[in-house]
Amino acid sequence: MSEKARKDYTKGPSCLKGIGLTRSFGIGDKKMFAVDHVDFDFHEGEFVSIVGESGSGKTTLSKMLLGLLNPTEGEILFQNKPRDISSHAKKREYWKSMQAIFQDPFASYNVFHKIDSVLLDCINMRGGQNLSKQEKFDMMTEACSFVNLKFAELTNKYPFELSGGQMQRLMIARIFLLKPKILLADEPTSMVDACSRATILDMLLQLRDEVGMTIIFITHDIGLAYYISDTVYIMEHGKFVEYGKADEVILNPKAAYTKRLISDVPKIHEEWDLSTVELTSEL
Amino acid sequence: MKNTLKNIFHSPRFVVGFIIFVALLLTMIFYPIFNPGDPLERIGVGTFAKPGTYFSMYDATSAKTETFRLADAEENRINALLTGDARTRMIDWMSRHGDDVAGLDPADTGALMEAWGRYYEDVRLSGMTNADRVYFRRLNNSIVNSATAEELLVMEEDPETGDYAQKGTISLTDYVNTKDVANVKTLPLGTDNFGRDTLRELVSAAGVSLRVGLIAGIVATLIGLSLGLLAGYLGGVADDIIMFITNIFTVIPSFVLLILISYSISQEARGASLVAVVIGFTGWTWTCRSVRSQVISLRNRDHVNLSKLSGHSMVRIVLTDILPYIASYVVMAFILQVSAGILSEAQLSMLGLGPKTTETPTLGLMMNWAMLYSAHTNGSWWAYFPVILTITLISFSLNLMNTGLDQVFNPTLRD
Repeated sequence: MSEKARKDYTKGPSCLKGIGLTRSFGIGDKKMFAVDHVDFDFHEGEFVSIVGESGSGKTTLSKMLLGLLNPTEGEILFQNKPRDISSHAKKREYWKSMQAIFQDPFASYNVFHKIDSVLLDCINMRGGQNLSKQEKFDMMTEACSFVNLKFAELTNKYPFELSGGQMQRLMIARIFLLKPKILLADEPTSMVDACSRATILDMLLQLRDEVGMTIIFITHDIGLAYYISDTVYIMEHGKFVEYGKADEVILNPKAAYTKRLISDVPKIHEEWDLSTVELTSEL
Repeated sequence: MKNTLKNIFHSPRFVVGFIIFVALLLTMIFYPIFNPGDPLERIGVGTFAKPGTYFSMYDATSAKTETFRLADAEENRINALLTGDARTRMIDWMSRHGDDVAGLDPADTGALMEAWGRYYEDVRLSGMTNADRVYFRRLNNSIVNSATAEELLVMEEDPETGDYAQKGTISLTDYVNTKDVANVKTLPLGTDNFGRDTLRELVSAAGVSLRVGLIAGIVATLIGLSLGLLAGYLGGVADDIIMFITNIFTVIPSFVLLILISYSISQEARGASLVAVVIGFTGWTWTCRSVRSQVISLRNRDHVNLSKLSGHSMVRIVLTDILPYIASYVVMAFILQVSAGILSEAQLSMLGLGPKTTETPTLGLMMNWAMLYSAHTNGSWWAYFPVILTITLISFSLNLMNTGLDQVFNPTLRD
């Protein structure tokens, strides 16, 4: 995947836009802002990374984008129209275009349900209730083969019988069946080993290229963000301190926080520079 | 599921509790088949007949007799005559007149009789109160009679003339086989204050009490579970309102509430099932609180979020993504509620606020009756001790099963 082969997705029509999005917890003196008046604009087919350390508000932001958490303030525009998820039916409609992969594959599945039912849910959500058994089986087989899994071996098994990498790939198979417009991936590779990580990232890129999916990739690993994304948003204490094209942000960082994040990445053949690490009282 | 069951039955505590519980349950089911009839039938006229086998004396006089000459027959007869109280009084009196009696063992009938023969003849009845004199004279007469009497006459009264005719004689050496007596009744736990067969009553009472516990447990668990699920999953204002109500019920001692409610229902309307429902209505708070806290920790898990993203309705998420995760906990809470329900019923009945007393016995009512008729002061242990033992066994087995389940479902608690 060379740099030149990448099509420029950053100029596409706006897909998801946030204006002054805020979420606070607590009241009075204890009030703290997890996400503090952030603005963003994600385009169709864009691979966006949101980078920040633990506690910077990435997960709160992702929950608001998914509609699992209501913002305290601000607005989200979905395809340039205010997002309306006031009823269950509207939420269902929204979730047809907005899906997620979570960080911990072991916690993402209901341990009482078989793999088949996870995939069948997706087919039903796309309106495939009335398909024949064989058609459903074919769709599930296709989705599994997309992520290099054999459905025939998985059917009638429970998710916890798979390895972490296989479970996360099954999550992607789910996305393949749903084909949403936007995929929010919340640190999908942090709990799997290095080999599986590359496969999973490759599959995400493939989804983007084949389906034209917008991918919002949430990570704490700025190196990974550079390797994979078109646009990078750097988040610190609930605010975006810097954003722009991946090359510009990472090769010429302007914010001190970005510089620190970059220098914190351990590199092979080089001594690890720990001079920028702040020893705060929290540690 | 199969694996879980296997694990549960490998827990020794659960198995012991389960065996005790099943044994009690089987007794409750099968005993009435072998001993049918109304458990509250009053078979005796007096109160508190001792445990043992009773046979009709009338029938025994006409039964076929055998003659046995048993060496210890006379001693046994005197033994049965002398109570422990009489023996100590005899030794006490004799030791005032001689030194060799002080160390006498009251249980040694032979030595006691030998000494009594010497002292009673020698000292006679000098220096004692009139009451004592009468007592010892009567005691001596019965001892002497039992040794010398040859035969008892059995007479029959002619209803027309009023004359007595000899029907037969009973000699000291006559014995009757209990199988030849027409009417024999074995009462393993005697009779209670109303002359009812205590064992039959106890078995029936344990069944009713268990039913009360089950109904109370089901009611309490259902209320606690549904309120806890709602409060935990919905959060926000709904949570505040439900927790407000729960806290009110928690701070008011549920037993006081129970007494007030039971008191306000009239005695006529207070059946066992109604009392059970009332107990259930006052005991749900802890189930509600703990279910709520478990649901709160579950509702932000990724699998619930994923289920939401798959467009599932709230009811479906609660039933399929949350309830199965807390099911084991709910089962354990239910077992404890059953046990608490049985104890609450017993407490209420002890105060006379239990189910109405005329139709069904419960364990609490049996204790209440025993207490009212002072079974504990007149030594009728069979009227209350087996009841206490049954209550203890039921709650012991239920709690043991609960601990066993806890060990299986929370492996970190294993020691």
